[in-house]
Amino acid sequence: MAAPLTLLLILAVTIRAALYRSSLADLIAERVEVVSPLTAWKRVVEGLALLDLGVSPYAGDVFHETPLIIYLFHFLVDYAEITFMVSAINDVFVVPIQFRKQKYALEAERYPLDCLELIRSPKEMYYIPLKVAMFYLLNPFTILSCVAKSTCGLNNAVIALFILTTIKGNVLLSAIFLSLATYQSIYPLTLCAPALLYLTQRQYIPVNFRRFSFWWFVAQYAFMYLGSLFVMICLSFFLLGSWDYLPSVYGFILSVPDLTPNIGLFWYFFAEMFEHFRLFFLCVFQINIFFYTIPLSIKLKEHPVFLIFMQLAVISIFKSYPTVGDIALYLAFLPVWSHLHRFLRNIFLVSCVLLACSALFPVLWHLWIYAGSANSNFYYAITLLFNVAQILLVSDYFYAFLRREHHLSYGLYLKRKDGSEATLVLK
Amino acid sequence: MGLLSDPNRRRALISLLTRLNAPICVVCYMAGVVWFMGLAFEPFTLRTYMSENAMGSTMVEERFPSGERALATGREFAAHKKKVGGMPVDWLVKTMQARGLEVFTQTFSRTLPFPDENKERYMVKGTNVYGILRAPRAPRTEALVLSAPCTQGDHNNQAVGLLLGLAQYFRNQIYWAKDIIFLINEHDLIGMQAWLEVNMGRGGSIQAALSLELSSDVITSMDLVLEGLNGQLPNLDLANLFYAFCQKIGVLCTIQGKLQRNDWDSVSGYSHSVQTMMLMVMKQASGRPWGDHGLFLRYHIEAATIKGINSFRQYKTDTNTIGRLLEGMYRKLNNLLERLHQSYFFYLMPSLSHFVSIGYYMPAFGLLAVILLLRALDLWVQLASPPPGTEDGVVDTEQMWSPDVLSVLTPLVISHLTGVALYYLPIHFQKMALEHFPVSDTEAVVLTAIAVYTAGLALPHNTHRFVSGEGTEHGWRVLKLVAVLYLAVLLGCTALINFSLGFILALTLVPVAAFVTPHVPKVPSAFVLVILSPACTLLFSVFFFQELQEVPISFQDGWVLYLSVISQGILDHSLYGSLVYPLIALLVYPCWLLFWNILFWE
Repeated sequence: MAAPLTLLLILAVTIRAALYRSSLADLIAERVEVVSPLTAWKRVVEGLALLDLGVSPYAGDVFHETPLIIYLFHFLVDYAEITFMVSAINDVFVVPIQFRKQKYALEAERYPLDCLELIRSPKEMYYIPLKVAMFYLLNPFTILSCVAKSTCGLNNAVIALFILTTIKGNVLLSAIFLSLATYQSIYPLTLCAPALLYLTQRQYIPVNFRRFSFWWFVAQYAFMYLGSLFVMICLSFFLLGSWDYLPSVYGFILSVPDLTPNIGLFWYFFAEMFEHFRLFFLCVFQINIFFYTIPLSIKLKEHPVFLIFMQLAVISIFKSYPTVGDIALYLAFLPVWSHLHRFLRNIFLVSCVLLACSALFPVLWHLWIYAGSANSNFYYAITLLFNVAQILLVSDYFYAFLRREHHLSYGLYLKRKDGSEATLVLK
Repeated sequence: MGLLSDPNRRRALISLLTRLNAPICVVCYMAGVVWFMGLAFEPFTLRTYMSENAMGSTMVEERFPSGERALATGREFAAHKKKVGGMPVDWLVKTMQARGLEVFTQTFSRTLPFPDENKERYMVKGTNVYGILRAPRAPRTEALVLSAPCTQGDHNNQAVGLLLGLAQYFRNQIYWAKDIIFLINEHDLIGMQAWLEVNMGRGGSIQAALSLELSSDVITSMDLVLEGLNGQLPNLDLANLFYAFCQKIGVLCTIQGKLQRNDWDSVSGYSHSVQTMMLMVMKQASGRPWGDHGLFLRYHIEAATIKGINSFRQYKTDTNTIGRLLEGMYRKLNNLLERLHQSYFFYLMPSLSHFVSIGYYMPAFGLLAVILLLRALDLWVQLASPPPGTEDGVVDTEQMWSPDVLSVLTPLVISHLTGVALYYLPIHFQKMALEHFPVSDTEAVVLTAIAVYTAGLALPHNTHRFVSGEGTEHGWRVLKLVAVLYLAVLLGCTALINFSLGFILALTLVPVAAFVTPHVPKVPSAFVLVILSPACTLLFSVFFFQELQEVPISFQDGWVLYLSVISQGILDHSLYGSLVYPLIALLVYPCWLLFWNILFWE
């Protein structure tokens, strides 16, 4: 296990190092698919320069990262390659999580089942961490995002740490990392629900709203979460000496003033809209992201890890400034659900569409911006298709997961009452 | 969503598609070709019309009077050119200054990666001269360009004369709202490239440009050239403007050197418009700029080349009339309030008065591309369904896929490395080839390219054998699935940027992708595969193009032309950044090699 992992790491680091040295790095760092106004390294550099001059980094509406990030780079960096190092380490962080995941999957095996086919053998599970690491480290999306020095890599690392600590069952660290992730980009707030579900499950606390023990645990977690969030926000205030960063970071994320095209759904919609509808639709779009938490948590009450995957996917599809780095994070989970492959229905169609869209993004961008012959509609059409494909992918996995659960309890080969073979239909 | 969620209907559809896969593919291919040929049929095309309001009517009064003087200036220019033995810079500066322009010169030098034997140049040094006519009452933010190349020999003197004549005449008019730049560029596109590189950085925007080519005192018709770098076309309104003024002034106008005909319902009329459209397709597919305007398009400047043609017909047009034509066009362009953006950017023209827009021609390509998707679906179903023999219907996908990764990855990597070699070696090995073989510079480059290309064909026999011993039935299916999807994406992207290139490649590569398996008879299939490979496609295109232009050539000359086309492609890439050569070398050729690999899968 260790040897292939080391090889993989060496390969991944070599690819990134080679790309850093090549002329492609600058090109990649400019791509709107890879960097967003929030995560662009160019803007971080600008923020650092302002900070060095003694001006607030948020003056001038360029820098939108959180204060902790800028201080992190302020102390750590001054080497051009540091981000690369950090990102490479981030990537490594994801790996150990999956060692844990293996344990979780073993637990899942205790299901009282008659259909052995559906249960993963320990041998299969043995390779899952390696596959996850491979999926993340060698995913072109991750590589692009890393070479562009997008701070998205750091956010991913924080979320990865959160998942790791949660699965390990460390309540305090889980809350701290979750608050750090929330502090970074608000949206991971929705991961609260799966974290709570998982931790209660682990501590054998029944999810029952009438039980005191449940509420006591929720209160504990909420206290730790809000407490560390409060500490971070205050720390940022004391570091900067002003509250400038609140509108500049969170206001920027929530009110979406920057309509630079990206792979998300916001820019075109809000660029076309009449100004007086803006607030209303802004609320609709933002609530949309948080809203899925409730139905998904109810449906996936028993399976918080899958819920985490679903939430990450929903966030990266619907967030206001998505980049390919966000997508890479939830794609890295796919090998974990390799036992669902037999129930997937549209995977061929979806992967074709995702592939084609990824190739078409730069082409249509070229036609629109450089050649001047196409227009924004072309690019947005591809964005739309890309997101529809992602939604199909996620819902396909969701369906496959539910169907597996169904088979686990009712047997793999369903029979109708009259004895003929039955099929499951999603309606 | 019914189709996506109802398993019964899905199964029915998929079984229909897999059962009838081959016939559907054949029908799609036919339909694609027929659709494409139908594009030239006049009732299926749209009539051109002016979309830009500011240029809507041709109600300007053109009064350019001094055609004779322009010709005299042209003769003077010719005399000076002969005396200096190149571009008479001093004379031009003096003449332009005398006409009241702000005159600038720009010297440039460029070393080609290897000597260009067609135009006999290697280290190019030259000067561009340009004069700016300042708009009397406007900020200096917008400009129009009129350019004429200064070429060696007796060519194009009249164009320079007319340009100077127009400069003088325009100077005395008061209605200019935009600066007009009169540019005389040396060494055709290289000079143009140098001029654009320097001048595009400097604020102000150029909204339209025309390049003028005139080589005789009296002409019979004007030809419009639209195809620019990488097959990019100017906004259709520019062509409309030209056509409208030709109609108004009564000048015979052509596109691709073909006159408009009215008998679209006769066979010869139809074949005429097919010919015109095919010429446009071939020119666009080549990715070369077909006139000096070609490089403007890259900078968002709508541009076209206007060529005066003297074909010894009865109908004569004098320089006065051409001057009036240009005057009219510039006055209309002068009225533009914003960039040309209303009309089409993606079109084909079967005649100057009719066009086919992207919505009409894309289905032809789509029908070809759908074949690839159908084949991919078929392969996917084959891969996903259990191999005959196991009854329980349970496939351990993990077990099945893992050993294949290596056998799929190896051909992919090796064929791309061959592509990289094809891209880099010709220029880098040129010196070595020259030392060892009795060939000229250009030949060295082209023959190296052909050698690398051919050497690539020998690779597949060894690639997977030395990795994983024996290719499995499953292995080639996976490889083919990857290759087919790769080709589909590649062709789709190409067709978006340059429809003609994408369509021609699809026409030849799609059948290859559809039929190749390791089980077809080796020798005939290998022959077909080679015939349909990108290099052979280019060879046929060369002959076909000559045929379309009605100057058929012998095989010997055709081969020489073929070699020069390849060298031109490489030069265009390194000089102007044409994308066709890297596209073929780095992507299309490796993709084709994958299919070659599948054929020899053992």
